[in-house]
This record gives sequence, C-alpha cells and structure tokens, in this order.
Amino acid sequence: MLSSNTNNSWWQRFHIDGPLLLGLVVLALISLATVYSASGQDLAMTERQAFRIGLAFVVMLVIAQVPMSAVERYSLPLFALGVVLLLGVLLFGETNKGAQRWLNLGVVTIQPSELMKLAVPMTIAWFISEHGIPPTKRRLAMAFILLLIPTLMIAQQPDLGTAILIASSGIFVLFLAGISWRLILFFIGAIGAFVPILWFFLMHDYQRQRVLTFLDPERDPLGAGYQIIQSKIAIGSGGIEGKGWLQGTQSQLEFLPERHTDFIFSVFSEEFGLVGVIGLFLLYGFVIIRGLIIAMRAQQVYQKLLAGSLILTFFVYVLVNVGMVSGLLPVVGVPLPLISYGGTSMVTLLAGFGLLMAIATNQRFVMQR
Amino acid sequence: MKKKRVTIRDHQFESALFGRRVFFSLIIVVIAFGILLTNMYHLQVVNHHSFQTRSNDNRIKVVPLAPNRGLIYDRHGRILAENRPVLSLEVTPEKVPDLAATLVRLQQVLEFDDDVIDEFHENRRRERRFNQIILLDRLTEEQAARFAVRQHEFPGVNIEARLVRHYPYGEALTHALGYVAKINANDLQKLRTEKKHANYAATRVIGKLGVERYYEELLHGTIGYQQVEVDIHGRTIRTLSVQPPIPGQDLHLEIDIDLQQYAYDLLGDERGSIILMDPHDGAIRAIVSKPSYDPNWFAQGITHTQYQSLLNSRHSPLLNRSTQGGYPPASTVKPQVALAGLDEGIITPTTKIWDPGWFQIEGVSHRYRDWLAWGHGWVDVTSSLVESCDTFYYDLALKLGIDTIHEHMVRYGFGERTGIDIAEESAAVMPSRGWKRARFNQPWYAGETVSVGIGQSYWTTTPIQLAVGTAVIANRGERPVPRLLRALQEGDIILPAVVETRDPVVLKNPTHWDVILDALNRTVSTVKGTAYRAFRGAHYSSGGKTGTAQVRSIGQEEKYNAEEIDERYRDNAMYVGYAPATDPEIVIVIAVENTLGGGGSVAAPMARKLLDFYFAQEQAHAQQ
Repeated sequence: MLSSNTNNSWWQRFHIDGPLLLGLVVLALISLATVYSASGQDLAMTERQAFRIGLAFVVMLVIAQVPMSAVERYSLPLFALGVVLLLGVLLFGETNKGAQRWLNLGVVTIQPSELMKLAVPMTIAWFISEHGIPPTKRRLAMAFILLLIPTLMIAQQPDLGTAILIASSGIFVLFLAGISWRLILFFIGAIGAFVPILWFFLMHDYQRQRVLTFLDPERDPLGAGYQIIQSKIAIGSGGIEGKGWLQGTQSQLEFLPERHTDFIFSVFSEEFGLVGVIGLFLLYGFVIIRGLIIAMRAQQVYQKLLAGSLILTFFVYVLVNVGMVSGLLPVVGVPLPLISYGGTSMVTLLAGFGLLMAIATNQRFVMQR
Repeated sequence: MKKKRVTIRDHQFESALFGRRVFFSLIIVVIAFGILLTNMYHLQVVNHHSFQTRSNDNRIKVVPLAPNRGLIYDRHGRILAENRPVLSLEVTPEKVPDLAATLVRLQQVLEFDDDVIDEFHENRRRERRFNQIILLDRLTEEQAARFAVRQHEFPGVNIEARLVRHYPYGEALTHALGYVAKINANDLQKLRTEKKHANYAATRVIGKLGVERYYEELLHGTIGYQQVEVDIHGRTIRTLSVQPPIPGQDLHLEIDIDLQQYAYDLLGDERGSIILMDPHDGAIRAIVSKPSYDPNWFAQGITHTQYQSLLNSRHSPLLNRSTQGGYPPASTVKPQVALAGLDEGIITPTTKIWDPGWFQIEGVSHRYRDWLAWGHGWVDVTSSLVESCDTFYYDLALKLGIDTIHEHMVRYGFGERTGIDIAEESAAVMPSRGWKRARFNQPWYAGETVSVGIGQSYWTTTPIQLAVGTAVIANRGERPVPRLLRALQEGDIILPAVVETRDPVVLKNPTHWDVILDALNRTVSTVKGTAYRAFRGAHYSSGGKTGTAQVRSIGQEEKYNAEEIDERYRDNAMYVGYAPATDPEIVIVIAVENTLGGGGSVAAPMARKLLDFYFAQEQAHAQQ
C-alpha cells in the first residue's frame, strides 16, 4: 500500500491517470500499424501520423496540468471565442472539398469546430453546475440555446459529423445532470414526429436519395452505395481471423475508398477479423469505463458533468464510425477515434483526455485540501 | 446570477442522481457495443462466405489467353501459312501525361498519316481503361529503331510483339488456302449460336475462306486462362495461376506449292482455273483461281479502299473459280455423254453416223452447227471424241433424252457439290425437267436436249466437278472426293486425312471404259486428235479432251470471230485430261475464260506444260 501510495503520488504529481494512459497508448500503436497498412505501406504517411500522435500526447499532458478551477473559469470565454471564430468561418472561411471549415489566420489555418468539441461540454457543464442539478426548466431552455448556436453553425458548413458530436456532448451534460425522464421521452417523441415532416416537406430529392441509398446501398452500387458496399465486403471477407496484417486485398488493392481516414475500421476488420474487432472493442470499452469511473469519482458537479460528457462523446465517436462503416448508420464524416489518420481530431481528442486526467488527479487534491 | 446560488445544494443527492445516470449510460454503452458486435458477427461469420466471394470477384480477374493458330504446310513440308511476330506501337492513354502532344511528337518521329490518329481515337472509345491501344499495327524496322532510341521520351507508349498470320505465297494460293481476318459481328453471332464463343474470348482473327475457314476448329486450338490479381484500376498486380492454351493443330495439305506456283504463273493474265488432282484418292496437287489477290491484306487488316477495289473489280477476284465458277463444260463432257449412250445401248462402239456439218431435228428447220462447218463425215464414238464431233452428240443426246442424260451425269458428280474441303463450293447446274420447271417455270424442249449433248445450254460445271468427272473415267468408275488435307499434326503425331469416295459408276459392260479411255488417248496421240499438237513429243502417255465453250449463243447465219466481239463474249477454252494413259496418277482440268483461241490451242498447251512440269517434279522427288 505504501509503495503504491508513493507510486500514486508520482503519477499524481504529473496529473497522469495510469490506466487511461495505457489504453490510449495501445490505441495509438494500433493506429500506427493500421495506418501503415491502409496507406499501402507508406512510411512517410505513417511517420506523419506518429508525429501527430506524439504532439497530441504532449498536448494531453500539458492540459492535464491545468487546474480545474481555471478550466471552469475559462469555459464561457473559450465558448465565446469559439462562436466568434465560427462566425469568421461562415464569413471568410476557406472551402475545402465542398465544405467551409477552415479559418486562415494568416499564420495558421484553424478549424474552430474542433475547439468547440471541448468548449461546448465545458460551457454547458459550467452553466448547469453553477446552479445545481437537476437544472430548472429555465436553465435547461437557456442551455439548449447555448448548445444550438454552435451546432447549427457547424451543421451549416456543412459538417454533419462534427455537429452530431457537439450536439451529443451538450445533450450528455444535460442527461447526466438529471433532466427528468418525462422530458427525455418528450424530446424523443418530438424528434420522432419531426422525421415524417422532414421527409415529406423539408428534404430535397437528392437528400432522400441519400437516405434510401443508406437503407439499401445495393440500389446504387457504383455511385453512392459503392463506399459502403466495398466497406462491408472488406469487413465480411475478413472473417473470424482476418486476412492478416498488410494482407487485406480490399484495402491494399484500393477497392476501399477513404481507407486510412473514415473507413480505417474496415481495413482493421479485414486484416484482423472478428478476433481483432473484439479486442479493439474491449480496449475502447476499457477506456470508456475508466472515463466513467473518473466521472463518478470527481467531487464537483462541473467536473462530473464534463468528465461524463467527454467520455460519452468519445463513445459516440466509436459508435457512429463503426456503425457507419458497417452499414448500420448513414455515412457521416466521423473518424474512428485515435485510430484514423488525421491530426486535428487526434489533438482535440487527446486534449479532452487531458481534461479527464486533470479531473482524475484533481479529486485527491481537493480531498487533501 | 450570484443570488441564485444561495440555494442549498445537496451533494449526496447530486452524486446519487449523477451515479444513476452514469450507470444508465454504461448500460447503453454495453448495449450499443453489443449491437455493433452482433452486426460484426453477422458480417464476418454468418455472411463471411458471400463477402469473401465478392472480395475475390473484386480482385481476381480471369484473363483469357489465345492459343497459337496451327500452321499449314504443303505436301513436302513447305510452310504455306505461318504466324509472324509483328511489332506494333501501343499506347496506354491513362499513362501518357499529355496525349495530344505525345501523338504529335510520335507523328514527327515515325512519320505517319493523320488517319492513324483518327483511327486511334476511334479504337480508344471501344477499349477499357488502362488497356493498351494500337497506334501503328505494323512498325517497319526503321520505325522500331527510331522509336527505341527515344522511348524514354514517351512514357505510356510501348512496342509490343503480336503474332499475325502470314501467307508467304500470297495470291498464288488465296482461294484454296483462304485467309484469316478480324472477327466481325457476324462471326461473333455465329460463334454464339454454335456455343463456341467462350473458346474465342482472346482470339482476334478467324478463318474466313478456304482451308483456313473449313478447318477453323482444328487450326484454332483451345483457349487458356490466366488468373491475375488486379487493383481497382484494373492493373495487374501478380499472376495467381495459369492454364496454358492448347495450340491449334498443324495441317499438311496435298498441295505441291511448286506445281501450284507454276500453274498460277502459267495462266498469266488470263482468267480461269487450273486443277491437278490424284484420281485415286482425290488429293489436290494444285488448284488455281485467277484473278487472285493478296490474302495478307485480310490477315493484316484490309483497308476500305483495298476491299472496295476487290469488290468492284469487273473480273470478280473474290470468286473461287475452281469451286464456284459455273462454266459451260462444252466438249469436255462428251466422254460421259458417250458412256451414257453406250451404257444405255443407244450406240455401240461401232455405231456410225454421217455428219454433214450440222444437225436438224426432224420437222424443225433450225440447224445445229458442228464446229467443223464442212462436217466430219462418217463418225463413230471414238472419232467423235478424238475430233470432237458435235453432230454425233446432238444426235445421241436427242436419242437419250434429258431425263436419261441427267440420271447418268449425276453419277459422275455433275450438278452436285463434290464435297471438297472448301466451303465455298457451288453445285453448278445439271439441267433436268424438274430443274427448269423450278427455275423458269417452263417445260423442257427437245431442242435444249440437243445442246446439252455438247455440254452447252443450261449445263454448267465447276472445274472441280470436271476433275471428279474425269477422275471417274480415269479410274474406270471409282469416284473420289477431292481433298486438300493430307494430314493433321498434333505435336509429333501425324494423322493422315480420311480418304472418302462416293458411289462408283458401274457400267453394264466395263469394256466401254476401254473404248472411251482409248479414244481420249488418241485425242492426244493421233494426228487428228484435237490435243495432238499440244502433246506431240511428250515422253509420257496421257488422255484428254478439249472443249471450247460458247459464252453467248451465236445467231443462225452469224459467224464467230473472236477478234471482233467484246472480250466478255469470247469463248472459254477448256481441257480435261489424265496421265499416264494406263493407270493414271494425275487428272488435270483447265478452264480459261474469254480467250482468243479454243481448248485445243489455248488450254491443251497449258495442260502439256503442266504435265511436263508435274512429271519432272515427280521424277526429281523420286530420285531424292
């Protein structure tokens, strides 16, 4: 116990949660192996990914050192800055692949929606926790407005994937804050009632086509359905044991589109099979449960809500990405967290885990004080 | 805001509420992962087989491999049709950075017409992506060398070697050997209905004429397959398995190419046909049809202009005169008519008639003229053949009647296909009452029977029919089926061709064969014989019959003058014969169209030269 205590205090001093770090490092290693394979054994690409992972881990460890009181205090200003930047994107943003997501500040190009992935749960958590839980209806209504502003701005870009993630991060705060089940059922009912209206009155023909293609990709196998069909072929042909690392024909022969980014899970499934998938799910489950434990153990409501929201949003990442590449959900641009190639989401995700570590190591601090 | 914070906060309540929500979330997380995993199980275990199949369909392509076409040799093993590697310049447009500029630079380096570029773009539209498209299909050595030096300047452009059919003897053998040409829509349709198209998946050409067409199935061989792994762009990554194609069988023909070439040259600028055949087994030693054309035009891809020139030629070079040309046989069929008379007992070897130079049906004023205006005098069957007396046959034909003549002539093969191994064969016309009724819806007139007696009227024969008809006499009844194929070769195994015969002609009195054979021998060996001058001094014995066929009927008082009338209406010169006179080993047929002379003066001398050449050849081969 004593040695464990001293050990704990060492991790404590550097604000590191050991189990979480272990889970993240293993995921990062899986990411490198899979990106190497999915990029067609492109070493330069893999090196870039390794560099980004390293950078993201540094960001995580730096954020973990920030005192929670400061985090709480800067929640709203950060949110306000985020909204201003999003406005900037809408007005002066750069268009890339048909979507306006980037803001060129002269020196660097930034994607303000990534900032919002952290600022939104921070702000909603701050707004609710200020008054105790469950929130009053008035607070709840105001919290919704706070949530709606960035969500709509991002959906407008259009970046449906990020909008969904940001909306869920806010909704998770509200759910964890204990809003009544009646209200939750009411919202679910309202959304259910809205779907037919959306379908018959608000959606364009091409959008309906897209939904139909999601429901049955084979109706357009060479067009919109192609991606999802090839993805399912990759996953299904992997079987139980997989084709082996670097042996996935769907990915190596380039039949699978977006294979190192959004569809990297298909590459993983093809090469490592159901066995690998179960292992990956266990690893994600381990990280999520560890996050929920941190949320439970946190002493202050703000920290509880923020930690819970961050880890559940992480879960939504996994759910939406795996759901979409395996044909359960429509294709929206959500990467597989910590595995997909790409720097921005990796940094944001690990920054979030930095906050989780700050919360995890903050609780003892509070108790000692 | 600050004021509202006075509310007393129940930390325990908050923790419990939060805890319940976290627990609920955990359940959702577990259920969600359960759903994802169930779906993965469904994809990777339940439907694994179907997805694996689709994955393989994606990556594995079966590439058909064309078999090498069998070679064709003459009877002495000289090659008549071969597969030559030809260098072609091929372009993969997807690999060329700037296609338009590249084509212009290639044009400067290799010097070709603008048509070539147009055709290239035409071909490109039909090909799959990442396939090589032929720009120039026959590079000269100079072009190949010039390109090779600067190849590095042209990424995506390669020199490829393909096999192209080549006929070294060119036009001398076209109609018999035939040619291969690109498979067209009609060929494809035919292959489909015959369920052979799978075997042609990689084949570019098909036999269109002659031996190449008749023995297409043997020459073609069996397709092979190669399984390759391809990427999404259709590029081959590696070969997984190969099932090699089985090459087509080599054919050995009975043709003697030296004899063939000699016969071809002998015809000179004349139009017509020459056939030399072994009467015993129908082996064709030479078979010429003129005018001809170069079969390599078709094998290498004929141009529109070339094809039009063949189609529009007044002299029909595309027609195989030996098997499709319907010539009035004229006097060359007198031996068969005489045999019909002898066999029916209408004449005997000693029957004589008086020939005043013309023949008249009793009660009709029309005179059928003999070629010898003043007449042959007393004529028996022998002298009627030696001197080619017409009047004898006018009389005989009328006595036989068309029904009996038809019945006999069919036994010699007239009016039906001989069954030679060339698909382009006509049955020509052996007229009968039924035929005339069907053809013209008219009754048969006795006057027409008179002309049939000298092989005129509606009677037409192909030279190959004459060869068979002559062989029957030379064989004393045995009737061979003409045959170009001598043997098949598969690897080292040589399978001789099957020798076919048809029902022989059986005479009631076989000595009548001797009467006719003797007469035909006298035609070449006695002074009065129509072929005497041509065969004088030959150091082999032979028999033969000349013929001079009118192409247009001549009016009652009109005199025929070859020099004065239109070339197209001039007489055809014919000769049929065999050698040696006893136990003949070769039959010869010559038909020359619209000549200035007749059978005796034009065709018989050619026959003499050919037989001289033939025997000299045989002697030379025997000595070797």
